[in-house]
Amino acid sequence: MAQIVIKNLRKEFGAFTAVQSSSFTIEDGEFFMLLGPSGCGKTTTLRMIAGLELPTAGEIYINGTEVSQKPASKRDIAFVFQMFALYPHMNVRRNISYPLVSQGMPRDQVRAKVDEVARILGITALLDKPVGGLSGGDRQRVALGRAVVRDPACFLMDEPLGALDAEFREHMAQELRALHDRMHATTVYVTHDQLEAMQMGDKIVVMNHGVIEQFGRPQEIYDWPATTFVATFIGSPAMNLLPFEGMVGNGATSVTLAGAEVHIPKMISGGDGTLTLGVRPEHVHLDDAATYRGRIVTAEYLGTTQIVTLDTPLGQVKARLSSNKVVTPGETVGLRFDARSISLFGSDGRALTSTANQRVLHHG
Amino acid sequence: MSYSITEPSSRQKWFAGILVVGYALLTLLPLIWIIATGFKTPADAIAYPPKVIFTPSLEGYVNLFTSRSRVTPEDLAALGPPTTWYDAIVRQYDMVINGPSRYGERFMNSVIIGFGSTFLSVFLGTIAAYAFSRFKVPLKDDLLFFILSTRMMPPIAVAIPIFLMYRQLGLSDTHLGMILLYTAVNLSLSVWLLKGFIDEIPIEYEEAALIDGYTRFQAFYKVVLPQAATGIASTAIFCLIFSWNEYAFAVLLTSGEAQTAPPFIPTIIGSGGKDWPAVAAGATLFLMPIMIFTILLRKHLLRGITFGAVRK
Repeated sequence: MAQIVIKNLRKEFGAFTAVQSSSFTIEDGEFFMLLGPSGCGKTTTLRMIAGLELPTAGEIYINGTEVSQKPASKRDIAFVFQMFALYPHMNVRRNISYPLVSQGMPRDQVRAKVDEVARILGITALLDKPVGGLSGGDRQRVALGRAVVRDPACFLMDEPLGALDAEFREHMAQELRALHDRMHATTVYVTHDQLEAMQMGDKIVVMNHGVIEQFGRPQEIYDWPATTFVATFIGSPAMNLLPFEGMVGNGATSVTLAGAEVHIPKMISGGDGTLTLGVRPEHVHLDDAATYRGRIVTAEYLGTTQIVTLDTPLGQVKARLSSNKVVTPGETVGLRFDARSISLFGSDGRALTSTANQRVLHHG
Repeated sequence: MSYSITEPSSRQKWFAGILVVGYALLTLLPLIWIIATGFKTPADAIAYPPKVIFTPSLEGYVNLFTSRSRVTPEDLAALGPPTTWYDAIVRQYDMVINGPSRYGERFMNSVIIGFGSTFLSVFLGTIAAYAFSRFKVPLKDDLLFFILSTRMMPPIAVAIPIFLMYRQLGLSDTHLGMILLYTAVNLSLSVWLLKGFIDEIPIEYEEAALIDGYTRFQAFYKVVLPQAATGIASTAIFCLIFSWNEYAFAVLLTSGEAQTAPPFIPTIIGSGGKDWPAVAAGATLFLMPIMIFTILLRKHLLRGITFGAVRK
């Protein structure tokens, strides 16, 4: 299996820059997510790793070999397309065996290998069927089979669950992750679905407008977003962002929001101008003693929790509260934020460093 | 909006059936009449009122394939009894067979030129259409328009320049000349039709093949070509129908060596009396290759082979 190193990778389509100087490292055996909204350059990055697009500049190393200008067929990778791209004129067995046939593997070996892969994926019964009549999930399994069968250096997947029904997606996501845990193959997975990324990934790169916003483990990214974009893109509902005019200095432990003092983690860097305070809905509590106040607008019931929307002096805040808590729309309540979990963003939208997030922000 | 599907009533089915059969008869009638005339005797062929029921005869076909000359009854008697069945037919009219007619040759010319130019048009058309569909070709839209513009006037409008050029180049009355000419006429149709078909094939198939370890050319002929089979088959049929039936250029540019069947068939009329059964027999045989070709490719025309393999 393989380590993939991306250095200063850049792609321009005419005047449009799809990917701007990206660098990151995917460790051997990692399940790596490229996450971002559509048009952010994540698929282009993946296609450059695959060799389906040639980069404008930069290097790609797979297992230490520079491959950025090599054709796809020389990179020893497998690619799973969103649209599956199963060869429609071949049956399941021939689809799966196709990559092996190109290597000139003897026929009985091909047969044994395909049978083995089919058993792992549970599609043995489908082997002699045409691909046309298969269900979405079965097609997905065949596409995976075609990728798995040749033991490539790494798997590249372009929104492989995107074409599946929501109910089936969950199931396939688990299957995929289980398959990965069994094979420990380096996998690069493109998705725009932050839940999918959090659920399956060992590491996540969040991209926006061709720029890498943040790189790290799902929990690090969720807890300590590096930019306001990541803060709003990850999490459902998104992180609450409260912009305020003010100044924080090195060593500060609180900020003043509309006259109310709010405790924050001890700052290491400072900033002034329009700052933004970010807090996740689950870190917002109703507390009559708190001085920052808001009026309850609505409450959405979600089973064990409820999402309560409040109007506050600096904008709307959503709080994830236990369903047991009785809230009355129209009521004005105090809001207490968990001091240890607050992020502060500077006027450029980047997170200011504090004792809480310094470890996360520095290695990314 | 919701639609419900109801089974048509038996009266509706009957009505639809009669309509289809009626239309089929209407379009097939001339064809049936030609085929029938080919098996009539010359007398039956011109009988009035026309004979629908008749005793079949192979006279038309014998006359089509032979050249004959009239002999006196004495000479005929001196020849002894006829040795073959076709001899017997000819002698009823006080004739003897001198040898084969030129129909076979002309027919073969049609086959060589028709299939040759069809193959070339489809081959070049597929390659050009693939390039237009998949690669960044400079001035792509202008080139495509230029290719189409060759169809904006009837080809025969340039017959005189072509005639003069062909005479100069020594291409007049040659198989190669006719193949090139028909290919040139068909190519724009073939490029445009095939580009449409290839555009429909998702590029992911080729990308999958590239990643599976195949070269671009292998991806083209192992993945794209089978997918484009439907388009290639229908394009081939259109090209063949044009070059097979083409008459004006054939009259103008061929006379001996490379003459195709269309200009030859009418000349049968002139050779001693109006021999309608022979003309009809020639036309019937001439229809066959196109019919067989179309029937052979029919399954490609009807089968939607890309169905369901890619979710759109």
